[in-house]
Amino acid sequence: MRHIISVLLENEAGALSRVAGLFSARGFNIESLTVAATNDSTLSRMTIVSIDDNNIIEQVVKQLNKLIDVVKVTDLTATEHIERELLLVKVDINQQTQADIDKKIDAFSCKIVDVSEDTYTIELAGKSQKINDFLASLDASKILEVSRTGVTGVCMKREN
Amino acid sequence: MKLNGAQILINSLKSEGVKHIFGYPGGAVLHIYDALNACDEIKHILVRHEQGATHAADGYARASGQCGVALVTSGPGITNAVTGIATAYMDSIPMVIISGQVPSALIGNDAFQEVDAVGITRSCVKHNFLIKDINQIANTIKKAFYIATTGRPGPVLIDIPKDITIAAIESKPYPNSVEMRSYQIPSRADSAQINAAVDFIASAKCPIIYSGGGCIIGNADFELRAFTRQLGFPITQTLMGLGAYPATDKQSLGMLGMHGTYEANMAMHDADCVIAVGARFDDRVTANIDKFCPNAKIIHIDIDPSSIAKNVAVDVAIVGDVKSVLSDLMTKMKTKSIQDISPWWLQINQWRSIDSLAYQTKSGVIKPQTVIETLYEVTKGNAIVTSDVGQHQMWAAQYYQFDQPRRWISSGGLGTMGFGLPAAMGAKFAKPELDVACVTGEGSIQMMTQELSTMLQYAIPVKIVNLNNGYLGMVRQWQEFFYDKRYSMSYMDALPDFVKLAESYGHIGIKIEKESDLKSALIEAFKQKDRTVFLDILIDPTENVFPMIPSGAGHHEMLLAGRDKMASTNDKGLNLV
Repeated sequence: MRHIISVLLENEAGALSRVAGLFSARGFNIESLTVAATNDSTLSRMTIVSIDDNNIIEQVVKQLNKLIDVVKVTDLTATEHIERELLLVKVDINQQTQADIDKKIDAFSCKIVDVSEDTYTIELAGKSQKINDFLASLDASKILEVSRTGVTGVCMKREN
Repeated sequence: MKLNGAQILINSLKSEGVKHIFGYPGGAVLHIYDALNACDEIKHILVRHEQGATHAADGYARASGQCGVALVTSGPGITNAVTGIATAYMDSIPMVIISGQVPSALIGNDAFQEVDAVGITRSCVKHNFLIKDINQIANTIKKAFYIATTGRPGPVLIDIPKDITIAAIESKPYPNSVEMRSYQIPSRADSAQINAAVDFIASAKCPIIYSGGGCIIGNADFELRAFTRQLGFPITQTLMGLGAYPATDKQSLGMLGMHGTYEANMAMHDADCVIAVGARFDDRVTANIDKFCPNAKIIHIDIDPSSIAKNVAVDVAIVGDVKSVLSDLMTKMKTKSIQDISPWWLQINQWRSIDSLAYQTKSGVIKPQTVIETLYEVTKGNAIVTSDVGQHQMWAAQYYQFDQPRRWISSGGLGTMGFGLPAAMGAKFAKPELDVACVTGEGSIQMMTQELSTMLQYAIPVKIVNLNNGYLGMVRQWQEFFYDKRYSMSYMDALPDFVKLAESYGHIGIKIEKESDLKSALIEAFKQKDRTVFLDILIDPTENVFPMIPSGAGHHEMLLAGRDKMASTNDKGLNLV
């Protein structure tokens, strides 16, 4: 099952590699990983997506909790939560394809953030599935470059 | 008064009560060694190799229960120390390692003797620090000792750049406490879980206590004894747990696992309730996990939540300090009645009667088992015994009856050859009043013979019991059983004359080739209270370790020694060939 694990950790040099190293050393999967400072500058928020059996994810959460730099671990998937991912995709544009791409941009409520002579750079934020669907809808041969941020998320209720 | 970083470091170690440091100097730690030179309270032991420093600090910690301390320089100093750090990590041994680092401005520059110590050790320490600010030295040391010695203990590395040791600041008092929002030690165990365990214990008809190293690390031997005796249950111990419960007690079934006794493994297989106390269901203990304890409810007591349900699904998980959990359980069990388990004891005694550790003596050869039994007899079971890794380690674990904790010191998790001699050195510093024996083999000892020099310099008397069979015995045993006797690289030609080797280091060397000389030589060796004696004992080169659970087999599928042939067991019990 796909789990979104939210990790609050000390904003210290090496903290990221402790988490990444844990995943590689213990053979856990990482689908995506995002990290940035929070409103408290001493803390970072890391969001990890991992697809594995529930008992392995339980072990992932326990091992993360064991890291000295980790303050709190939440499996967002176990609670009501919101997840978002940002996509930037550069596509090839010509007179034949432009109308079709414009239609899809409308359908998925994307934004065109840059236009050049023969390319569009398109921005889309949403659940990973929506981004997958949008990319699948495009003609693969016209996709020049894809950059996804990976998932970030929050719990919907106020946390204690 | 202004103090430089090195002085602050040494003062901090003094404040932590450090009495011994095992180390080796080098460029990046020259200031630290200068400060150490001016300190009378801490004795520094100059080892001959940094791996020896970490193993000695480890042996010191295991023998005393105190935190071991090692000090090494940057680059090769810390890389040499890594094996000892990983050894301590796998066995949850409290240790603080201080490594020098190149000056801050040079970090990342591929400077002389630079390695990324924090990066290299990350996966084999409980935590590590790179000190970037002289004001953080004292606080970091306080944190390091706190982390190393609390919860599930483990090694903590502090990497300190040379410029930080040179800079000076006004001296400040050493912090009394640490605050770490991200590090919490489990408090008292959940009472609902305790109650659930009590119900399983009360209804068990075929119970067994399976205790591990956590009972020794957690100083819970008193509680373990009281708990086991209160219930009258059989108990089996892991390699790491030996001594927490007396091996000579009638409730003890001996060690379990790959080379455990018949009664211990059969009892695990047939049990309906397994109480795991400070043990972690290691693969050498469980054998084939699919065949592990098929009928048992499993209660797992461990201070580390990540140990629980890691290898084996459990029915009751109790996260807490084994000492307090056992006390809580004993209190609760006082008001509960338990089942009559005398039929279970009858069955166990039947298994016991097979005497799975019996071995055949042969005239003209010394059996390794006899050596360990004689060592036990001569030391009256009171020595600290360290070991290296291989057949001799298993024989020592099987045939020396450990009745007290912290007497058996062995690398269980990592299985580090070369551990025994430096660990014995560390143990002797921790417990000078006890005899210390290092049971080793001619393969293992050669990984650390340089420490014989340290032992001369500091007059550390250890009795080295070298079970010399001319083979890397455990490798040879596996090749004999599973590789059709293709002995690839398990024979070690061109061995040194160990007697001369010992003598060249200023120690006593004795070669023993006849069983009739064995006991008198051991008695003579232990009479030499202030000398290290190297006993090179030529043993039967064909002897194997039994019982043995081959890979893929379950606890009930052991190979047993039987009249020079292997016998195997099955569901119905023993099947002697």
